[in-house]
Amino acid sequence: MEILLQQIINGLTLGSVYALVALGYTMVYGIIGLINFAHGEVVMIGAMVSLSVVTALLGAQLPLPTAVIILVGLFVAILVCITIAYSMEKIAYRPLRKAPRLAPLITAIGMSIILQNAALVVWGRNYRTFPPIIHPTPHELLGATMTDLQMFIVVLAAILMAALLFVVQRTRLGMAMRATAQNPQVAGLMGIDINVVISAAFVIGAALAAVAGLMVMTYYGIAHYYMGFLLGLKAFTAAVLGGIGNLAGAMLGGILLGIIEALGAGYIGDVSNICGFPWLSDSLREQCAASDNQVSMFGSNYQDVFAFFVLILVLIFRPSGLLGERVSERA
Amino acid sequence: MTKRRVKRAPPKVWAGVALIVVALALLPFVAALAGQAWVRILNFAMIYTMLALGLNIVVGFAGLLDLGYIAFYAVGAYVYALLASPHFGIHLPFWVILPLGAGLACIFGVLLGAPTLKLRGDYLAIVTLGFGEIIRIFLNNLNAPVNITNGPQGINLIDPFRIGSFSLARAGPVLGIDFSGPQKYYYVLLLLTICVIVINIRLQNSRLGRAWEAIREDEVAAKAMGINTRNVKLLAFAMGASFGGIAGAIFSATQQFVSPESFGLFESIIVLAMVVLGGMGNIPGVILGAVMLTLLPEVLRYTMEPLQLALFGRVLLDAETVRLLVFGIALVAIMLYRPAGLWPSAVRKRELETPKVVAE
Amino acid sequence: MSTLSLLAAKGISKRFGGVHALSDVSFTINHGEIYGLIGPNGAGKTSLFNVLTGIYTADDGNFIFDGEPLDRVKPNEVAERGIARTFQNIRLFQNLSALENVMIGRHVRTKAGVFGAMFRDKNTLAEEAAIEKRAYELLGYVGVAKRANDLAKHLAYGDQRRLEIARALATEPKLLALDEPAAGMNATETQGLKRLLEEIRRDGITILLIEHDMKLVMSVCDRVLVLDYGRKIAEGSAAEVQNDPKVIAAYLGSEVSLNLKG
Repeated sequence: MEILLQQIINGLTLGSVYALVALGYTMVYGIIGLINFAHGEVVMIGAMVSLSVVTALLGAQLPLPTAVIILVGLFVAILVCITIAYSMEKIAYRPLRKAPRLAPLITAIGMSIILQNAALVVWGRNYRTFPPIIHPTPHELLGATMTDLQMFIVVLAAILMAALLFVVQRTRLGMAMRATAQNPQVAGLMGIDINVVISAAFVIGAALAAVAGLMVMTYYGIAHYYMGFLLGLKAFTAAVLGGIGNLAGAMLGGILLGIIEALGAGYIGDVSNICGFPWLSDSLREQCAASDNQVSMFGSNYQDVFAFFVLILVLIFRPSGLLGERVSERA
Repeated sequence: MTKRRVKRAPPKVWAGVALIVVALALLPFVAALAGQAWVRILNFAMIYTMLALGLNIVVGFAGLLDLGYIAFYAVGAYVYALLASPHFGIHLPFWVILPLGAGLACIFGVLLGAPTLKLRGDYLAIVTLGFGEIIRIFLNNLNAPVNITNGPQGINLIDPFRIGSFSLARAGPVLGIDFSGPQKYYYVLLLLTICVIVINIRLQNSRLGRAWEAIREDEVAAKAMGINTRNVKLLAFAMGASFGGIAGAIFSATQQFVSPESFGLFESIIVLAMVVLGGMGNIPGVILGAVMLTLLPEVLRYTMEPLQLALFGRVLLDAETVRLLVFGIALVAIMLYRPAGLWPSAVRKRELETPKVVAE
Repeated sequence: MSTLSLLAAKGISKRFGGVHALSDVSFTINHGEIYGLIGPNGAGKTSLFNVLTGIYTADDGNFIFDGEPLDRVKPNEVAERGIARTFQNIRLFQNLSALENVMIGRHVRTKAGVFGAMFRDKNTLAEEAAIEKRAYELLGYVGVAKRANDLAKHLAYGDQRRLEIARALATEPKLLALDEPAAGMNATETQGLKRLLEEIRRDGITILLIEHDMKLVMSVCDRVLVLDYGRKIAEGSAAEVQNDPKVIAAYLGSEVSLNLKG
């Protein structure tokens, strides 16, 4: 039971990060129908930039408290990510707004490759570690542990999500975004500057991505030029799970996916334990005997597969997602 | 593709064909002058041509955006590796394994295609991407507790193509002329590639090919005209996958080593880029795309580092990174400026460059 | 009546959320007639087509086509059974030539598969030649033979509509369902279309025709079905329907009454 709770806590933390990234995907897809393949890379850049800034500040040995250093790192990361996302949209996506679906998708893939390799050039091929300036204190919670870092991530993510919902539901920009998502042409005719709205979607998504990047950095302690790809794909899965184009859906999908992954990784070993089967080869029998009858066909190294399976199942059986609308096509 | 009726090819065409045949026959010797590595590169160009043509069936003819195509390449490659290497101790001859590889890849094609039949463009792309990644993850991890694929270490010492004692991997004389291993493979590959090209041309100009293009153009109308879109789409996946499987098996044999690393999303994207770059649906264009995308990176690799040394005194970006950066930039640039590809069929060019005026 | 009727519809209903696109629509189409389907915009005409051709599934009711029930049938099976259609918004294969469009129409009556395509055996080659020949014939039949190798996208509007008819005819239908074939045509083109429809009827094909052009409907249709708000409000000969007060009210509004007797 403690394992269950522990996995749920871990999943909630990871899920909060997914949710933040998923929001970026869902906003862009909701408004212009583009899967922004390069969004995962923006998260990665957020992580890397914050890492560089923090490392630099620490190196300069300024008498600043840790929190401030991290905040500065975050701030710079947000600026960089916003700039990149804005430029990407302007240079590569805007000209292709009227093109058939394939073109912007390929462009997005191209941008993703460019960003990955630019990061490779700047930060090198090796895994970069976050300086050990954060010491998360674990707290007991009904038999499981939750560190204050985990709590911080979950709470911060929740605050940001609430803020975004506020912006979208209660401000003029938000209304403009919702209108453009419904019908860009008419929104344009009503005096909304589509370009501003779309840029805003990218910019907000990028800011959230930068925060998510920093979260991943501090939580896992490492960053790598290739980390954006998988993270991005999973966050996109989360967005689809919740209903693409739907903000609450992205949040729900993110958290749900995080929990599914954590539970899956936690239990797959038990579920696929083959030591119970009668027909085992000799070498397997030896392995079972040596490891207390715990030899799993599939271990937590298959963790990533869960996200993909979820993605495929959702798209096949409920493409509109959990909170999405069912759209019927009129011929 | 608009069919043109050519009853009798004029002599000029025959002369041109003869010239090309001679050039192709002599090419490996010319390339060998620059080093055997270049013959190997030519061989790769042909393997990729087969791959790209296979994907062209799915993406170009039928209009189904498959981002996980490399999975079929992987299936073919691993089937060959498992059945012709010391890994399991099985050593079947290549002419038995090739159809097996194609067949298994074909089955996978149907399995992966079946759930995607109702999906629209982007979603289809993502699901196929997911499938591709799942296969790669399984290949990477099926080494414990039961070792099937040998995990990230891959499988090596794979048998080359062999007939009796005549092996394609070793250099040796044939009919009095000396051929190196890669050169022997070259001719076999050339023959196979030509077969694949001919089959593709035939597929395009057939009832099935037209059905694929109908689905690409307007699936609702295609159904209304009696086309069983489910079966036809599955056939597209199956045929495309089969070619991928064959290419994979050959890849295994020529490399004599396979590992999951060669079968990731990036490789899927490269093959897709070949199809897109060359002009989707257009067979000569796709061949051009495949050849270019195989040769150019190699050319870059041989020139970039010396160039940087000459210009900057040191290597700023290693060849691999340069290659990838150029690739990414090229993808974006082509989509912005020549979306119909470098040598598009007239069809695709009109479709992509004029805004659709369908009152829907 | 069962030997005369090609298509019998009973109680067809279809809802989209709260909208009743079709409510309890029943009618019969007899062999060899040209049957009109008219009604104000939004009356459910295209919805009826879509239910008939398997694009939508009816919530209620059934069809009997040529003696056999036609329920829960997929669009491609509908074509196989012998109903071919055109679309209100022209759905040609834009980037294929006119000839290829019609050749695709032959798909449902031919059978070469993947092996035939790859190996080009005698039968496949003969079938391909026959397909091409028939396609040329049909292009000539509707009057666009000169444009055989042009992309469908580049055809003049009127030619596109005719091409769509040729493609539908290529499926050897028993019932040809045309959705507003005269839309956007001028008087001369409409006359040409009328002649084409009559020739199709002479060749033994039954026609179901959605149209707004009343002159065309009245001059060429044997019987007419009138829908309004998804319901059938009249069915009968063109003349009967024309003078039906319910029909007049539907088109012109019930405040207006036509004093026909002067």
